[in-house]
Order: sequence, then C-alpha cells, then structure tokens
Amino acid sequence: MTMPAETDTTSPKYLRDKYAIVGVGETEYMRGSGVTTRALGTKAVRNAIEDAGLKPSDVDGLLSYQSGDSTFSNFIAGDLGIRPNFYMDVFGGGSSTEALVGMAMGLMEAGMCKAVVIFRAMNGFSQVRIGGTGARAVAPVSGDALHGRAYGWQSAGQMFAPTFMRHMHDYGTRPEQVAAVKAIHSEHASNNPKAFYKQRFTVADVLASRIICKPLHLLDCCVETDNGTALVVTTADRARDCRHPRTLIRGVVGRCNKPRTDMHYQHGPISTVAGRYARDILWPNSGVGPEDIDATGSYDAFTFTTMLQLEDYGFCKKGEGGEYVSDGTIRLGGRRPNNTSGGHLCEGYTHGLNMVIENVRQLRHDADDSCPVGPDGKRQHTYDYREGGCRQVKKCELTANMGWASPGTGSAMVMRNE
Amino acid sequence: MSLQATYLGMPLDVSDLDVENLAYFRHCAAHDFHLQKCGACGLLRYPPTTGCPWCASPKSEWTRVEGKGAVHSYTEVHHAIQPAFKAHTPYLILLVDLDTQKGKPSADEALRVVGNLVTPDGILAPPEMVRRVGIGTRVRMVFSDVGAGFALPQWTIDEGATQPAKPWRYPQE
Repeated sequence: MTMPAETDTTSPKYLRDKYAIVGVGETEYMRGSGVTTRALGTKAVRNAIEDAGLKPSDVDGLLSYQSGDSTFSNFIAGDLGIRPNFYMDVFGGGSSTEALVGMAMGLMEAGMCKAVVIFRAMNGFSQVRIGGTGARAVAPVSGDALHGRAYGWQSAGQMFAPTFMRHMHDYGTRPEQVAAVKAIHSEHASNNPKAFYKQRFTVADVLASRIICKPLHLLDCCVETDNGTALVVTTADRARDCRHPRTLIRGVVGRCNKPRTDMHYQHGPISTVAGRYARDILWPNSGVGPEDIDATGSYDAFTFTTMLQLEDYGFCKKGEGGEYVSDGTIRLGGRRPNNTSGGHLCEGYTHGLNMVIENVRQLRHDADDSCPVGPDGKRQHTYDYREGGCRQVKKCELTANMGWASPGTGSAMVMRNE
Repeated sequence: MSLQATYLGMPLDVSDLDVENLAYFRHCAAHDFHLQKCGACGLLRYPPTTGCPWCASPKSEWTRVEGKGAVHSYTEVHHAIQPAFKAHTPYLILLVDLDTQKGKPSADEALRVVGNLVTPDGILAPPEMVRRVGIGTRVRMVFSDVGAGFALPQWTIDEGATQPAKPWRYPQE
C-alpha cells in the first residue's frame, strides 16, 4: 500500500516497518481449562511458532507478562526445546502486549536476539480470578492498598469507575451510548467461532442487566476466561521467509502514563486517560494519524475503556466518545470497526493479546470466521456480517491497538500489511 | 511500632518500616487529619509518599489539614468483591476534592482524598443516605476507628454546608 505523507516526528523513523509480527497462536477461550498455565502457554507458543512457519529453535527470545498468576518463560522454553538468548517475565496486565512488542524490537535492535515470542497464559476463571474475588479479596491490606482496598475499592471496575462517572458528568455521556460497545462487540463475536460468548446482545439487554458498580452493569464488564495467547516478532527481513504475508509494525508506545502514577486521580481532568499522552508518541512514530486507520483494537475490559481510549487517541473530538461508539462507526461494515473478534467483552480475557492477534489476522485478510476456505487455502470472505457470517474487514491495510492498564497507563501499536 | 487491625473482615497491617503510613494513620487515630507538607516547595500531598510529587524533595512535615470538601467523583458498589462489604451494599466510594489547595499547583489538580460515605459515627452509610450524595455534594471528614491507635478517614454529608440544588448522580437508580 502507499503510505500517507509522513508527519513530523522526533522519534527514530528508521524503526518503522523494520519489525514484523509473523506468527499468532492461542488456545481455546474457555472456562475450566483443566490444565496449568504452563500447558496453556506452551500450546499457544507452539501454535504461534507453527503459524509463522518457523521451528522452535528459530526462536531465541521469550517475553511474558503476569501478576503472580502464571508460569515463567523458562518453563515454556523447556517444553519446546528453545535455548533462549534472552527471556524476561514482567509484572503487568493490560497494556503489556504492545509494550512488550516494543521491547522485543529493542532486543533485536540491540543484537540480543533474532526472533522473540511474547505470551500470556492465564487461568483467569479457574485459578486467579481477574475480578479480584477469591484469594485476592481476603489478602491482608497493607502499604499503598491502605488507601484503596480498605474502602472496598479493589476490583478493576471499582478502581476505574470514578473516571467513567466523571466523563458522564463532564461531557453528558449517556449509558445507552456506552452500552453500544457491548452490543456491537457481541455482533462481531457471533461471527467468531472461537468466542466464549457468541450470543448477540442489544443495548437494552446491557441496560437491563444488574448494576455491579455504577456506571457498570454486568454486561458492561468483560468475561473471565482461561487461555493462552502468543505472538512471534522478528525482523522485517526474516519475516519474508515466514509463512504469511508480513504484518509490519509502524510504531509503538508502551506503558505511557498520566502524571502522578502513584494515584493518577490527583491530577485531573480525571475524565482524560493515558491515550491523551500516548497519542503524541504513537502517531508521529507511525507516520499516520487516526483518520488513516481501518480497524481498531481498543481494550474492552469494560465498555467505557474502549470509548475513552478511542476518544483520547483522537478518533473523535474530546467528549464525543459516546457518539463515536454508538453511531455505527465501530461496527463491522462501518467506517472503522473495533474489536472484530468480540474482544474481552465476548471472545475471552487475555489482558490484550487476543486483540493484537485479531488485527494481525485482519491485516492478512484471513479472519478465522465461518466463510469457506478456497483452493488456495484462504477464506473466501463474503462481507455478509449477519449472525454466523463473515467478520473480515473489507479494506484493512492499517490497524491500531490500544492497550489499557488503568485510566493512567496505556500502550498502543500501529500495524500495516503490504 | 507497626499497626494492625481487623476491619470488615479484612486484616489491615501497617508495617513498622512504612513510616509515612504509620504517621498518617496515627494522626487519624486522634481524629486529627494531617498531610505531608513539602519542606522545599510547600505543597501538601496525598496519599503519603516518600518524596514530593512536584519537586522531588525528601523533606516534609506533617501538617493539620481541614477535612472539608466536595465530591469530585464516586462509584456506588452494588456487587461487593470483599465478603464483609456485601452486607453494606450499595456503598459509596468517594473521591473528594479538599477545599485546601484545590486548583493548585495546576487548575485540574486537587488533594483528592478517598473514603466511603459513612454516618457521622463512622459506619458505612445506609441506602437512604447513599441516595442523597453525588458529584458536588459537600462533605466533611469523620473517622472509622478500626483498632487501638488506628482509624481510617471517611466522609459524611456536611449538614452545615450549603449543598448544591441537585448533585450529579448516575441516571439509573
């Protein structure tokens, strides 16, 4: 494709298109995996390496993220006969995926490795519940948590809610606008045979579901699942020898923050999120702007997180996120579909990695929907987005992923095809 | 010395290494709210930190601060995560802009102090009280005594203050 004119940048343009995602892999998205996170991680990594057309011995770097709830890279490497030249397991949840892609690029740029696999393996339903119930709810409260958990302020929804509520207060954002995110993502999931929830929901269904903590209804919240997910990143040159057309990385921004990372609410406006800062790195690094993007992957831990990021990364004016997510733009067939797999609200919860996998498949023009596979081994997409049908975006040349850790911390990445 | 208590079924533990939180909660135990005031730039800060968020100075002294302000944002929890909170749903978690230092050092900054909405004697508020509070409600600080020498700062409706005609509340009750 022809790239748009390059905007002014202060970052190293020479990294644009120099690295590529060549393999994606996953387990099923499920509840009750019946296996360890090591087994989930091994399966996902093996699938990603195979998808790339590589052998495990071609991979010499491993990166993963977790919060004391998963296996470490050295065990995955052992299961696959990989001798790593580098591995590191970082503490992190949402927003780690894009950040680790950036770190993988840095490792290869420094000559430390040739191909890096990034994985997240979690029993988020059957072992460590991401919603904070179980063991996490009864752990002693000390240190910084004395100003949070002691007040019954613990789960992600509870922690983020003051930003969501203040956005409604400041801009008049309405519950039904934000509920459209779930309705639309559920339509996408109904065309994704892998999705944990394939049922279509309406805005009315979301608003009629019980309130968890205002402004979040049950159906504004993502699903908790067990799954492993993985990516293989390598240089653009090596990517030419891999199985699929190259998915090139245009630009990345990792774990970018609002001021006061110790408690971001001290610095307002609290209805603004980290994307407001991250966009000033993402778009100049990528040499494109939001208007150039064909599909987005805006992290949907909650309906509100999708809306807030799309707004603060500049896909619409500040304060107009409610309208943007409810006017049809983000639906398959719309101008810029978001989370075409159904995302965290429907496909499964992976702390962001599945949304990158989905956009790689979209850029390959190979979304794994129910469309028939042709003699060339590729799906013959119909672009009929009715329930059970196609979910391939017709023209998909540039995508943006926006990862969310909290209102104060986020990551993002722009990818392109050729 | 360290502080321990059990509050709503949760073990609370301030380690004897955590000198900032020890000082903070000891003042709360005397129902006398104090925050750190920077020894270099003079700004107050919340929650307790080792260095100044604005100028990085390690010097600070504990200073009495008036516990009055207005609700900046909130959530109303209907599905409690921690077991002992379930008996008190719906409960409010408030982010309160203190009047002291509001709009400093920049227009959108404030000392935003977390707390639950409680009765004047520090018990989680009943539903009829919860329904009166939203963004803009004037509140005053009270304390929940949780153990010997240990109290949590909390918020209750400031019945003596002029209240907004209609505080902003989430449209669905």
